[in-house]
Amino acid sequence: MSIPLHLRSDEVFVLNLGPQHPATHGVLRVKLTMDGEYIVKAEPVLGYIHRMHEKMAEGGTFAQFMPNTARMDYLHALAFNHGWALVVEKAAGIEVPERAEYIRVITVELNRIASHLLWWAAFLLDLGGFTPLLYAFDDREKILDLLERITGSRLTYCYMRFGGVLNDIDDEFITGTREFIKRLRSRLPRQYHDLVTHNIILIKRIKDIGFVSAEQCRRYGATGPVARGSGISYDVRKNEPYSVYPEFDFEVPVFSEGDSMARYMVRMHEIEQSMRIIEQALDKLPSGPVMGKAPKLLKPDAGYYFSAVETARGLLGHRLVCDGDKNPYKLKLRSPTFSNLSLFGEVAEGMLLADALAFMGSLDLVIPEIDR
Amino acid sequence: METSIWRALLYLVGVMVFAGLNAAYLGWCERKGAGRIQRRIGPCEVGYAGLLQPIADGVKLLSKQLLVPRGVDHIIFRTTPVMAMIPAMTSMVAIPFSANIQARAVELSVLLLFALASIGMMAILLGGWASGNKYAIISSARAVSQNLAYEIPMLVTVITVVLLTGSLELKEIALKQQGGFWHWNVFRLENGHFLTMWISFIIFFICSVAETNRAPFDMAEAESELVAGYMTEYSSMGFGLFMMGEYLNIVVGACLTTTLFLGGWDCPFGLTPGVWWFLLKIYILIFTFIWIRWTYPRTQIYRLLNLSWKILIPFSFANLLITAALIKVF
Repeated sequence: MSIPLHLRSDEVFVLNLGPQHPATHGVLRVKLTMDGEYIVKAEPVLGYIHRMHEKMAEGGTFAQFMPNTARMDYLHALAFNHGWALVVEKAAGIEVPERAEYIRVITVELNRIASHLLWWAAFLLDLGGFTPLLYAFDDREKILDLLERITGSRLTYCYMRFGGVLNDIDDEFITGTREFIKRLRSRLPRQYHDLVTHNIILIKRIKDIGFVSAEQCRRYGATGPVARGSGISYDVRKNEPYSVYPEFDFEVPVFSEGDSMARYMVRMHEIEQSMRIIEQALDKLPSGPVMGKAPKLLKPDAGYYFSAVETARGLLGHRLVCDGDKNPYKLKLRSPTFSNLSLFGEVAEGMLLADALAFMGSLDLVIPEIDR
Repeated sequence: METSIWRALLYLVGVMVFAGLNAAYLGWCERKGAGRIQRRIGPCEVGYAGLLQPIADGVKLLSKQLLVPRGVDHIIFRTTPVMAMIPAMTSMVAIPFSANIQARAVELSVLLLFALASIGMMAILLGGWASGNKYAIISSARAVSQNLAYEIPMLVTVITVVLLTGSLELKEIALKQQGGFWHWNVFRLENGHFLTMWISFIIFFICSVAETNRAPFDMAEAESELVAGYMTEYSSMGFGLFMMGEYLNIVVGACLTTTLFLGGWDCPFGLTPGVWWFLLKIYILIFTFIWIRWTYPRTQIYRLLNLSWKILIPFSFANLLITAALIKVF
């Protein structure tokens, strides 16, 4: 897209949003061509935090790549763990005990709630409301404490193993999780919806702003809450079920408005659905081992393998090519935020700077996951 | 005593101390207030309850280098922080803190305060422009259009007060409201003025939030959009003066609201009027400012301007007409 005809090149100016800017939440740079406060053209510039994770996978064994997965999407690290474990298990034909599958679901969903809470906090920060951040972090802290107990870390988890999980969960974790869900259930309507969602300033800021059509989502491959906010009912957990998700009763929240408010509401409803999944998983939790039989050194048969999981931001695909060696031959990740960000340039055109940043916030970008 | 040099000196020192203490300690109050609102405790390390924090911050800012980037307009860049601070401090001169505490009884003190507020506005405009930074320029442009939009309804509502009291002098206006809260302009019982004056008060209060660039109307320093707005390039005490000027503007705004609408130093129950009531009222107002800031997200620049041009200005004019009619009828 070029500058509209009625604007001469000396009537616009270029504004560099980032790589260090409070609203980009990381090292994303957006080159904005501006006409006053209106955006004529927006061009995301990537690569500031590229660390060659896919290449790193080729250099080590399968197990050695597990810590790397958590360094990509640091907000929903367990889903990345899960995706990598799934594709390798598929390649090597490893069975996972049922209890381990349940624990995986519980921890991944807890992590999803934490991710959505952090998104909520950061989004409100983008809109200039500082206080909600502290309220959300209060709840998120509880999740991190719970996960720290069993995984040993608070942010960049390396909890999943090929054939199971690292540690079993104990009674304290189970009661703690139940208490947390009870607490969040009571806080969601008051601290989250009464204070923020029903606030007239917030509604005016995000309703009917940042419209993304279902057609645009399909064209750019947007998934997750962005697609579900545009009326596309697609959730990997429902549409291409993996792990033990088919055993749980949950809904996929879909809003058809396509504006920032719709994406906001999708995430808020997903928090509730995740809590439902966790409760059911805790109720049905089978006993047994948490680690199946898996060889110490994996040498999967040569071939192409693919796994897809639903992260907090959308579909995460692992495309693994093996040549029968102890290292992956090639790994390609299909990360959700990359596609979601690609929308930005087209949608932000003609928007006001402040609206565009609110829209960017509603996409829930995690930059290290885009660049990898 | 009236003409004695000691009186002038005493007021000079007094105003400076009041302004300086407020500029420094409102920052502390804001941080403590924000902390309580956000379920944390705020500053607590430096001194008892963090009371020495403003001094530590001041020393830190003073010891930093005042960085003047290449390509800025040197003279304007260096003078604007002073321009931000001085008008706010000067405004204190005309404010009647009680029946006998007022540095200078200026006859048109209401107009004087608005004139000084506009100079403070110039500081933001020039500071942003001299910085030669795109974010700063956007911020300045926003600040100017915002202040332009909000000074009109503010002045129009002030006219209602002036009509009611028949004076442009703050002390006169305050004296007309003595004798309990039913005499205050905001609730004035006689001639049915309470029907319109509370609207005037609300319009005036919203405008003073916008005039002082406070959240949810802090368009000029929307940190998630414009980094730090017009202050982006300022370091050291340049930044410090802008911050202090901002807090002083809040104090002046609260003083003006108190004098125009809340009876100045009058006690709500007609007992012991005095400076303590004045201070109590301004700090309640300031706390409201803080409370609003830490509760609401920021609005949008065009919504902000729409609010002024489409709602506040028509309402304030209608309000003015009704008030004038009420005065004529009774």
